[in-house]
Amino acid sequence: MNLTPATLSRIDEVIPHYPTKRSATLPLLHLIQEEVGYISNEAIEWVAAKLELQPINVYEVVTFYPMFRQKPIGRRHIKVCRTLSCALLGGYKTCASFEKEFNTHLGEVSPDGEVTVEFVECLASCGTAPVVMIDDELHEKVDAAKAKQLSDQIKAEAKARK
Amino acid sequence: MIAPAKPELVTVNIDGKEIAVPKGMNVIEAARQVGVDVPHYCYHPKLTIVGNCRMCLIEMGMPAVDPATKAPVMDPATGKQKINWIPRPQIGCATNASAGLHIRTQTPQVKDCREGVMEFLLINHPLDCPICDQAGECKLQEQSTGYGRGYSRFIEQKNVKPKRTLLGPRVMLDDERCILCSRCIRFAKEIAKDDVLGFIDRGSYSTLTCYPGKKLENNYSLNTVDICPVGALTSTDFRFKMRVWFLKQTNSIDPESSVGANTVAWSREGVIYRLTPRRNDEVNDTWMADSGRVLYKAVTAADRLTAVKVNGADSALDIAVHAAGELFKSAAGAVAIVGSGRSSVEEQFLTKKLATALSASTHLVSRVGPGDKILVSADRNPNVRGALVTGLIPALPAAQLTALGAAIDAGKVKTIISVGEDLFAAGLNATQLAKVAVVYLGTQANATSEAAKVVLPTLTVFEKSGTFVNQQFRLQKFLKVVPGASGATDDLVVLAKLVAATGGTVPSDLNPLWKVLAAEVPALGPVTFANLPETGLLLDATPWAALPFVEGETLHFKPAAQPAAVTA
Repeated sequence: MNLTPATLSRIDEVIPHYPTKRSATLPLLHLIQEEVGYISNEAIEWVAAKLELQPINVYEVVTFYPMFRQKPIGRRHIKVCRTLSCALLGGYKTCASFEKEFNTHLGEVSPDGEVTVEFVECLASCGTAPVVMIDDELHEKVDAAKAKQLSDQIKAEAKARK
Repeated sequence: MIAPAKPELVTVNIDGKEIAVPKGMNVIEAARQVGVDVPHYCYHPKLTIVGNCRMCLIEMGMPAVDPATKAPVMDPATGKQKINWIPRPQIGCATNASAGLHIRTQTPQVKDCREGVMEFLLINHPLDCPICDQAGECKLQEQSTGYGRGYSRFIEQKNVKPKRTLLGPRVMLDDERCILCSRCIRFAKEIAKDDVLGFIDRGSYSTLTCYPGKKLENNYSLNTVDICPVGALTSTDFRFKMRVWFLKQTNSIDPESSVGANTVAWSREGVIYRLTPRRNDEVNDTWMADSGRVLYKAVTAADRLTAVKVNGADSALDIAVHAAGELFKSAAGAVAIVGSGRSSVEEQFLTKKLATALSASTHLVSRVGPGDKILVSADRNPNVRGALVTGLIPALPAAQLTALGAAIDAGKVKTIISVGEDLFAAGLNATQLAKVAVVYLGTQANATSEAAKVVLPTLTVFEKSGTFVNQQFRLQKFLKVVPGASGATDDLVVLAKLVAATGGTVPSDLNPLWKVLAAEVPALGPVTFANLPETGLLLDATPWAALPFVEGETLHFKPAAQPAAVTA
């Protein structure tokens, strides 16, 4: 595991917050996923060794929570809400246009490696449905046109980086 | 030793019956004491309590007291203290006995709960019973007859999961049958100390698995099969071999080490199909090692001795015994007996008698291996203590038979009687063996039986009855599981005939033999074979307390003296 010194120091800081080391499993996994983007088997074994557990104990936690990913995702994570309000106002269409824009399918990494599109449950902004979260940023009233606009923006940023 | 404190007793009321139980005992065990069965899956008396199957739901109440004055509130209708029943059911396994606890297990609410739990458990459970190895000893099957609906209201698709996952070399998992009780996970973690099992994913997708790249391959893995309440974990050895209701259960003892784990041998029509542990809270709890479970295979092994031989040619028992008698006469005063820590107490007693009749020197073969601190001890002979008790040997056996080897080299020993021991493996070399005539009693062929002048085939531990003395000096009996192999004779009969060949008489039947044993062996005074309890009898070990036994600590056993250095 090659974690940055910043993450490592946050990890060492968080462990003593709990009465037993085992309790720090979730925060550690979050910190690692934040940096690496997903939880590899190597990461599971690293966390287990760090917290004096067996790998199976950490593996159980990782598979229990859908928010922990076991495979890498695209550079950006597009989360489209599909709970009632968003579904009624076209969340599925929004999602389809993102998929079309990046030539990808739900849950997969797009061929250019830029995005992963996924459905999520309620993002708590039902008044401005359909909503989309791109990484940590909330976008409201995302219809097909706005989805196109957001996609273009991401593609432009990608081009600028090259 | 300080005597353990007497547990505080509290009175609880279970289905109207008052009973005093130790404080803190859980309701399932307390109910068992009044003969009330509380159905359960995840609860196991020797594992921690998790309470995840919800089958043991019961109604619970406590005597009412006035909140302000703490005075008991009386019920005018009955004149007794009123009971405040908790409106919702509680799980029995995690409810501990406290003074005045009231439990109801037979109310409509409890029945409703059990039926509800059963219906949920059966939603994704396949109707595999006709091909399932667990059928007949399956808790889910048993409880279904009491609390199942008989038909399913579930019209949705059932979950499809893998049916054949090898968790390890000896354990096969059928995911669909698993009811997620987590007994196996707790066993692996708490008893076997090999935490490799766990549940991954969640909800109805939850699956029992090993961590990728790891296997359930510790020497106790088959205990998970025993404690699995359903047919999810099956033994690769027993799988699809026999329906359990055809099998006869006979109590036996695991002969692989001096722990003497209590076992049950399951047989049908003279064939043993499996060995499982038998609960003995003083010895092995409800566990046994995997390595002990395959020992029944020796009964029908290819190297089994089935023919009496004299000078390499097939013969008959009486002729062979006569030939042995001639050997004893020609080597009068130069006979040695290599007894065995694998023989029963009775056989060792007769071996001693034979040694006395021939004024022979006695030796014992030591078998030492690493102890695993659970149920395999460092002394791999099941009955070295029996040899001490019967006086066959005065002290612990040396690692090798060097003393005997030296006696042969010096020409002091001309004939050796070996009771099932391979003298080559025990440290004698070919030149030494060439100098002596060997009379071999045993079950399995080996280099010594090849070289022996007289071969007398005898019975394995599963074909005869007898007793072993384990490392705690606990006298435990094993019973005849299957009839002896053809051509083989009971060790006691062979030994008695050999004694007769020297002119003596000893009984070869267990019951008359035990009369002699009780009379001649002080430690066995009050015992008879018939009245020996199932869980064994602790003998007085003081005469041997100072001996440097090789055993280290194992389950329910702490060595008294410092263990001697392990030489193997």
